[in-house]
Amino acid sequence: MKRKFEIFKNGLFKENPVLILTLGCCSVLAISVTVLGGLGMGIALTFVLVCSNVVISLLRNIIPGKVRIPCYIVVVAAFVTLVEMVTEAYMKELYDTMGVFLALIVVNCIVLGRAEMFASKNSVGDSFFDGLGMGLGYTMVITAISIVRELLGSGTLLGVRIIPEGYQLGILSQTPGGFFCFGCAMAILIASLNKKGKKIDKSTGCGHDCGSCGLGCAGRGGESK
Amino acid sequence: MSELYVSSSPHIRSGRTTQKIMLDVIIALMPALIASVLIFGPRTLLLTAVSAAACVACEALWEKLMKKPCTVSDLSATVTGILIAFNVPAGMPVWELIVGDVVAIIVVKMLFGGLGCNFINPAMVGRVAMFLSFTADMTNYAIPSKAVDALSSATPLSVMDKLTWSDFPALFLGVHGGVLGETCALALIIGGVYLVARKVIKPIIPLAYLGSCLLFSCLFGGEQPVLSLFSGGVFLGAIFMATDYVTSPFTNKGKLIFGIGCGFLTAAIRIFSNSAGGVSFSILLMNLLVPYINSLTMPKPLGGVSEK
Repeated sequence: MKRKFEIFKNGLFKENPVLILTLGCCSVLAISVTVLGGLGMGIALTFVLVCSNVVISLLRNIIPGKVRIPCYIVVVAAFVTLVEMVTEAYMKELYDTMGVFLALIVVNCIVLGRAEMFASKNSVGDSFFDGLGMGLGYTMVITAISIVRELLGSGTLLGVRIIPEGYQLGILSQTPGGFFCFGCAMAILIASLNKKGKKIDKSTGCGHDCGSCGLGCAGRGGESK
Repeated sequence: MSELYVSSSPHIRSGRTTQKIMLDVIIALMPALIASVLIFGPRTLLLTAVSAAACVACEALWEKLMKKPCTVSDLSATVTGILIAFNVPAGMPVWELIVGDVVAIIVVKMLFGGLGCNFINPAMVGRVAMFLSFTADMTNYAIPSKAVDALSSATPLSVMDKLTWSDFPALFLGVHGGVLGETCALALIIGGVYLVARKVIKPIIPLAYLGSCLLFSCLFGGEQPVLSLFSGGVFLGAIFMATDYVTSPFTNKGKLIFGIGCGFLTAAIRIFSNSAGGVSFSILLMNLLVPYINSLTMPKPLGGVSEK
């Protein structure tokens, strides 16, 4: 059980998908303008990630290696379609906020990355906790960024006005502000992890365990330090 | 002579320091400040003083927090503050101006390591951040009471098709709507000549900038290319912003390329995009290219053999 908790915790901080592995940044930058959108996107991605991780882990011995990516995409697309239909039917406002980015979860690097790097090599239980940790790590980051951007950029939180009209920093709700908050969040996380005495490898969070890693750099990542 | 020192080059040093150069820049900005007070009234002085003070305070505070030696006496923060104030209209709320100062000093300058380490011009980023955040206040240009009819609305750039050569004196003297420091071309030119005479800047960038801006405006078929050169922030940008040491190329050839690039982009943005940020965005874009311009125009050392 302790191992499962470690896997879960990994996704939150040490291998945070957005800030350390820098996967799925596109949706973080685009959707984090409002807290509602950010939270919704985080929950949708967590659901898809957990489900696809479990199913791919179940099928890991059946899927032939040569056609594994198309198979992953089919599994992921099935869950994304499910989420999309439910959101459109019951949460129209959220659906409109997320727009095309909801459908784009199909090709989100985090989902495919975890399928390739983790779920296809580990047990169902481990994959479940990996998906949950990674999903919550993503949700945490996108929500934190969207709180800052919505509060300072539009002066509201979940649509409720906090800062009076006329005192907003409009740049924060535009793209440059997104990049700025993203960089700050990354700096804060890395600085706090470094403080604990655990230096992070700057290259894609590589564990130097080439046998179990699917990134296919064949050891080059280690040499380039 | 009790000790002999062995050191690497440079061995010849002039008495010129960052502080003296920045003081020259401040002196060169004074004619424009005086013109601005005459045109827009005493609020100009308030905005300029607040902006300079905010920039110095930001730098001092940051260095205190980071436990670094205090560098505010080199006056570079003061220059940044004055330039930011010159980029806002007279009616700008003070707190919005301070936001621009904080962005310029903390985000652009100090986060990248202080003077000499910033890769783009702090004052320009401060202006762009204010422009994108407070677009309404930043484009709410104050109209001087003495303005002539054709120039009594908005900024001359937006009414370029209605202007004639009879408006030239007003444009040149700056009696028209605009931001604080940009309107009086005469005062800016006096400042520029002073800087060149004191050898603080070389005239290459400003001349290349103004010349190419004029040339490309003609080529692109803009309305009144000469008059449009004297409106908006081209002179302020060409003389004081584009010539920033840190963010412009080292070599003369590089400076020429840099100036022509700025002029080309300014003309293109003004004519094809109708945006009020032509000068700022063109200088920022060219700032990003400076490392490439530098490495492409690196002079060959005497007797050096080219690498194969």
